[in-house]
Amino acid sequence: MPLDSLSGSTPEYVISASNLTKKYGDFTAVDDISFDVPAGESFGLLGPNGAGKSTTMRMIGGVSQRTSGTLSIMGLDPEQHGPQVRAHLGVVPQQDNLDEELRVRDNLIVYGRYFGLPLSYLRPKADELLEFAQLTDKAGAKVDDLSGGMKRRLTIARSLVNEPRILLLDEPTTGLDPQARHILWDRLFRLKEAGTTLILTTHYMDEAEQLCDRLVVVDKGRIMAEGSPASLIRRYSTREVLELRFGSERNTTVAADLQGIGERTETLPDRVLIYAADGEAAMEQVSLRGLRPITSLIRRSSLEDVFLRLTGRSLID
Amino acid sequence: MSSTGVQQHLELKNVPQGLASLYSGNVRAVIGRGLLATRSSNWLVMMSGFFEPVLYLLSMGVGLGALVGSVPGPDGQPISYAAFIAPALLATSAMNGAVYDSTWNVFFKMNFAKLYQGMLYTSLGPLDVALGEIFLALLRGLMYATGFTAVLGIMGLLGSPSALLMVPASVFIAFGFASFGMGITSFMKTFQQMDWINFVMLPMFLFSATFYPLTVYPEPIQWFIQAMPLWHGVELLRELSVGAYSPAMLGHIAYYVVMIVLGLVLTTTRLRKLFLR
Repeated sequence: MPLDSLSGSTPEYVISASNLTKKYGDFTAVDDISFDVPAGESFGLLGPNGAGKSTTMRMIGGVSQRTSGTLSIMGLDPEQHGPQVRAHLGVVPQQDNLDEELRVRDNLIVYGRYFGLPLSYLRPKADELLEFAQLTDKAGAKVDDLSGGMKRRLTIARSLVNEPRILLLDEPTTGLDPQARHILWDRLFRLKEAGTTLILTTHYMDEAEQLCDRLVVVDKGRIMAEGSPASLIRRYSTREVLELRFGSERNTTVAADLQGIGERTETLPDRVLIYAADGEAAMEQVSLRGLRPITSLIRRSSLEDVFLRLTGRSLID
Repeated sequence: MSSTGVQQHLELKNVPQGLASLYSGNVRAVIGRGLLATRSSNWLVMMSGFFEPVLYLLSMGVGLGALVGSVPGPDGQPISYAAFIAPALLATSAMNGAVYDSTWNVFFKMNFAKLYQGMLYTSLGPLDVALGEIFLALLRGLMYATGFTAVLGIMGLLGSPSALLMVPASVFIAFGFASFGMGITSFMKTFQQMDWINFVMLPMFLFSATFYPLTVYPEPIQWFIQAMPLWHGVELLRELSVGAYSPAMLGHIAYYVVMIVLGLVLTTTRLRKLFLR
């Protein structure tokens, strides 16, 4: 059976999931979620560890069998046509699984062979990808000798060897230092510009804000909200946030005295958040009430605030 | 990124409908990867698989054989003790090579190198991976069998031209052990469990009519030995070594055919269960 788009008619959505559910015994990892992703979109699954993001990714790749619901990847069910669906996917798993018995460049070529691609295509492609991943001078190196960031870039380069239409990125920058993350983001942004559909899981809000056109916030296997980063912030948070620290003992007690300032307050163990359209004005009111926080900070609302609002918990615990 | 007709290569070969989720017809890629990876592997360890049966042959066959003298062969004709045990040693080395490759090597790739997880995220299906890994084990078995048979030829222990058939027959035996071994390994989680494999293999080597005829055992034990795979391999090769064809040979072959098929089904089912949950 050919893929829809190969036979001429481009499907409306490259990924279409409805009522997707995955249970492991009594535990429900993914609970009745539905979403559609059009071609070329950069779509994110944002949520804490254990929210069911990776399981969803694995189901899209056809390496995890769903318990119920329907899933269509480029018009095909990945469970029935795993190899055929995966031929058009690029996968960057949460943990690098590079082939340590092979050298850097051979990793790309051998992986391409798994897709049945000919060497005449793979040799120049490998060099092109090494360039893209800024690893050209490491072509003959052992995988073991690469740094964490380099390994991650090689994994991403490897996932592109079959020129995938959909790239699945599971926590692409977790465990990397800030500089390595920025290099990676830059590379991913270029792919996005080139029209690759990106599916990304992350528990970093800045990553989601940088890379996602649209995202779903997931918690405990359920979708809590859906939209673009900006629209989610508009809908679930205020323009600005005032962060106050009174010291760990006083944060909870002082919360009562802050009643009425801004639209909403949120008390965390280490700080109190005041949601307001105008942070400066809220700060003035705090001062007028005679409260003297140890530190104060006014910032823009972020997805972290959206998540806190939706679940009552922070993303990284 | 330049696109040079990559899409046309991504279309799958003719894969039977029922196997579409398990197989992509690309065993070659798994084999190619294995051959490339051997470059970085330890050649001394690989060579040891060749020397082991040679050492047994010299010590037991030649050394002990001097005390034993000649023994009746499979066709009733007297043969030297070394010629009697040589086919058994060949069968054992086919077993050991195949089991080592399909258990320890696979165990490592499965649990530590995470190799199969990576492979199964491509167009490859679990059956491609299983067949490719088993083929590599057989290739190694073929090298050992050829080497050992050459040694036998040099030592004048090949009694009949049909003895050369021992080489393909050992690969056939190795196929049975490799496909089963990989299936069994998929159940193993710790190194301690892996040690159980040796616990089964060593007695099988010592007691499968390797060094003396089956008839020394009381009848119930004979039955037990005959149920074990290695005995069939030993008998098959021993008969081939002197060209003594018998209907029993068909039974030995049938035993391995069943073992190969069951092993492949088990391995593929397990890989699917482990990696395509």
